[in-house]
Amino acid sequence: MSQDYRLQQGGQIDRQQILNFSFNGLALQGYAGDSLASALLANGIHHVARSFKFHRPRGIYSAGEEEPNALLETGEGARRVPNNRATMVPLQEGLTAKSQIGWPSLEFDLGRSLDFSHRLWPAGFYNKTFKWPSWHFWEGMIRRMAGLGRAPDEADPDHYEQTNCHCDLLICGAGPAGLIAALVAGRSGLQVIIADQDEQFGGSLNWDSCLLDGSPAGAWLATCLNELQALPNVLLLPRTTVSASYDHQVATLLQRGHNPAWRECLWTVRSRATLLATGAIEQSQVFPDNDRPGIMLAGAVRHYANRYAVAAGRRVVISTNNDSAYQTAFDLRHHGIEVAAVIDQRPAVPAAMLQQQHDLGIVVYPAAQIIATCGSKRLRGLCMQQAGKRQRLQCDVLAVSGGWAPRLHLLCHARGSLQFNTQGQAFVPGKLPRGFAVAGGAAGDTTLAEVFTRTETSTIRLCELLGASARHVHQPRVSPDNLQSPEVASIPLQASRKRQWLDLAHDVTLGDAKLAVREAYTEVEHFKRFTTTGMSVDQGKTGNINAFLALSSITGRAIEDIGTTTFRPPYTPVTLGALAAGHTGEDYQPKRILAAENTHRSLAACFEDYGGWQRPDCYPRKGESAEQAIHREVLRVRSCLGVYVNSPIGKIEVRGPDASEFLHRMYMNKVHGLAAGHCRYGLMLNEGGVLIDDGIIIRLAEDHFLLNTTSGGASRILGWLEEWSQTEWPRLQVLIDDVSAQWANFTLAGPRSRELLQQLDSSIDFSAGALPHMQVTQGEIAGLQARVNRISFSGELSFELNIAASCANEFLQLLLQKGEALGITAYGIEALMTLRLEKGYMHVGSDTDGETIPDDVGWGQAARQKSEDYLGKRSLARAASAEPHRRQLVGLLTLQPEMAMRAGGHFLPASVKRAPAETQGWITSAAYSPVLQRYVALGMLRGGRARLGQTVQVYDAGRIYPVKIVPSCFVDPINQRMRS
Amino acid sequence: MLIIPCPWCGPRDLTEFRYGGEAAVNRPLSPEHCSDAEWANYLYYRNNLKGPQLERWVHAWGCRQWFELQRDTATHAIIETRPSAAESDSLLADSS
Repeated sequence: MSQDYRLQQGGQIDRQQILNFSFNGLALQGYAGDSLASALLANGIHHVARSFKFHRPRGIYSAGEEEPNALLETGEGARRVPNNRATMVPLQEGLTAKSQIGWPSLEFDLGRSLDFSHRLWPAGFYNKTFKWPSWHFWEGMIRRMAGLGRAPDEADPDHYEQTNCHCDLLICGAGPAGLIAALVAGRSGLQVIIADQDEQFGGSLNWDSCLLDGSPAGAWLATCLNELQALPNVLLLPRTTVSASYDHQVATLLQRGHNPAWRECLWTVRSRATLLATGAIEQSQVFPDNDRPGIMLAGAVRHYANRYAVAAGRRVVISTNNDSAYQTAFDLRHHGIEVAAVIDQRPAVPAAMLQQQHDLGIVVYPAAQIIATCGSKRLRGLCMQQAGKRQRLQCDVLAVSGGWAPRLHLLCHARGSLQFNTQGQAFVPGKLPRGFAVAGGAAGDTTLAEVFTRTETSTIRLCELLGASARHVHQPRVSPDNLQSPEVASIPLQASRKRQWLDLAHDVTLGDAKLAVREAYTEVEHFKRFTTTGMSVDQGKTGNINAFLALSSITGRAIEDIGTTTFRPPYTPVTLGALAAGHTGEDYQPKRILAAENTHRSLAACFEDYGGWQRPDCYPRKGESAEQAIHREVLRVRSCLGVYVNSPIGKIEVRGPDASEFLHRMYMNKVHGLAAGHCRYGLMLNEGGVLIDDGIIIRLAEDHFLLNTTSGGASRILGWLEEWSQTEWPRLQVLIDDVSAQWANFTLAGPRSRELLQQLDSSIDFSAGALPHMQVTQGEIAGLQARVNRISFSGELSFELNIAASCANEFLQLLLQKGEALGITAYGIEALMTLRLEKGYMHVGSDTDGETIPDDVGWGQAARQKSEDYLGKRSLARAASAEPHRRQLVGLLTLQPEMAMRAGGHFLPASVKRAPAETQGWITSAAYSPVLQRYVALGMLRGGRARLGQTVQVYDAGRIYPVKIVPSCFVDPINQRMRS
Repeated sequence: MLIIPCPWCGPRDLTEFRYGGEAAVNRPLSPEHCSDAEWANYLYYRNNLKGPQLERWVHAWGCRQWFELQRDTATHAIIETRPSAAESDSLLADSS
């Protein structure tokens, strides 16, 4: 095929530069400057898609982002993009495009059977039909049938960017209105950003045939762009869609790459004012069989002819309810394309229009309507009716115009209001949000001369509001005089047995609208959801108004009372790549690296992400599996000596005369009685009595505390302390200081840990008498200032050594080197979790959840004994907190030692033989204990403490097995080892 | 996308702040004397106004100070901000 439909002359294409591309495997050619859609049309291809629901053949309908039909898959492999609108894809050498629906092929689609049986599938059929056995049973099949493209199989290889900026005025749209506004504002010295979604600036000037100052519009456009480019205070962003506007004058802009370094860039622009110069979208027409390939918007047919030198067809019929489509007839005629007729639904066609068409020799049928069309994969003709008389017309393109709807989506994002304009049969701006102005077609202007004058005036006013003085600019004289009136006629709906489409993209018909009303979905938002009109990729850009008018007509309510559905961002789809720019893969979130990272690496640690921290899970030696390494590390700690890096633990210092009082209120445990130099385990509750963190309260001096929090809770607990200190008890004199990053923390655990410390050069007496369990001391170790706490999470004799983070590598190496003779091992989080599980120590967040109160985990008595108030105390006095059937922490053992348990298994009563059944709780932690040589677990079981010694069943992924309920401590229940 | 004027640091982007709920939710002076209903009222019941509402915010990625802010919940217009006025100090008042 060789561009049979390309006009001999004209267009903004470079005929010297031929581009090869393919569509469904067919090799085709187009020119530089083409869009994919214009290149397809140049090759005579209209039928590019099948419809969403009925699999009817569909063709290219529009020339812009409003396209409802031509959604294609472009590119291959990692760069395959689904749902790309052919109208918005610039043609490139080697571009591959495929249609998305149709099996086995676009031409022969078995799914078409749905169309032949369409009476079985009205709106809402799937809500009613696919309930048995469940929606999920059918979902896969239905999604395949609907076929909205395939995501790429591979990770996106391209780079995306994000950027932020401020400006005085953001102009959305660079058509005639936007450009005049940019000239006015640019010359006034304001910082201006002007963005347009098109490949090139100019908007309708790129496809209008009018003359400006007696020359083709391109000449004026070039002068205007030259001036704007030369202004340092004006930023021009072509290929950039203003996709959303948000509160406080923020807009997001998606810029498609012309820079090879990145594919797309997401701009966040904060402007003092926003001017919408977004133009208007031509609306479709509702008549029987209005969806065949070859039926297109009249403006689009003109667009393809004037801008791309493409004849959409050989013989065109135009159908309209307004004046604008006459320009299409005029332009097509100028290009030598046959215009068979203009079918005007209006009873009274303006005399000037009739005269003009008469002069061109085009037949106009006033007060006529289309009652049928024919042609399956391409329109062949239509049948119209005028004054009761029917007439057949042959044509291969039917250009329709149902009026123009201002593009006001951004206004609605910012919560401006719309009002219905009866004259134009469209919604126009009502109440403008603060800082917003609207100009040009978006404000309802219809003629170019009107656009220029009114935009200039409103921009001058806007500049003055922004504190700049603006002057008049030269307005180009428009010729020939545009005769177009803004009047759009309201056309009654036809009663036809044939289907009349309201929404092409989602296959919503007038019959569906009537059904919705019969089923009482008469509010516009309900109506939309029941029929799904306007809910596809195009968001009803060409069909919404017709759908609302249909609802108005069926219900007999005025369109003003019906209103519109809500416009939500984004205006057109935004890629996930752009939204995630800079935050993918390794850069997903900032990584927190341990101070002794290098030493861990040298020990071949397996790293894992824990809330951003990159922490060693275990340290496998040569030939060891991770599991073997964990078991070795656990056994070594129990029998000898291990070192664990605990640096991410939260370390918060609280000082001041009221520090003790403040913490006494913040912790469930008593703080007042804690002597300086001593440590105490502490639970923190929220005001609902629920456990939010645990840790160690260390009293360094009378007015100086150091709190250890969980690693994951470090920043949250810091904020929690600050919140209460600042907002509820500001008169308490306390100073809260986060020192987590300043101190590295190494835990030496195991029976030989004291022996190692005593070999180090230190001022500290590590003997049991001088530093017993749960006490703290400060001094020097190997020349470093150190805080040493006797705290144990493993159940072994254990010392937590805090030293300056900057010396972490050297210190860890020293411990490993000195400990070598004693048999030291480094142990990771997995071993620590096994050790604490053997000891029966809960891990807040794993064993507890958002319902756990102290009594559930065995701390009820301590909570009750503290007489003074503390956070959460009152909630513990509720009857529900004393309820005996609450889930309580228990230990669990399998009946046979070799049987495994996993966290997440649910408890079922002994009488239950199969799931589903009401759960009695679940296993919260489980691991193989190398000491006991069997699995041990903790779980939260309903009324668990009263059930010690009994068995309970566990349901785990289809398997049910019994476990024994035991006390939660499996190793050294009398705490002899850690006190040694 | 709001710009919030921190009383200490000036206008900053929303992403630097954390929302802390409605302001003027005072902790009962003696919780132990509250009925369950009064305590539940303090814990869970909020006015959820449409229109100007007094709120607590904290400049978490800035000066870390809590402050009060009046915001129109329907339009997101920020009417005023001021340093935290909370001086209720329930337990101290109780014990002194």
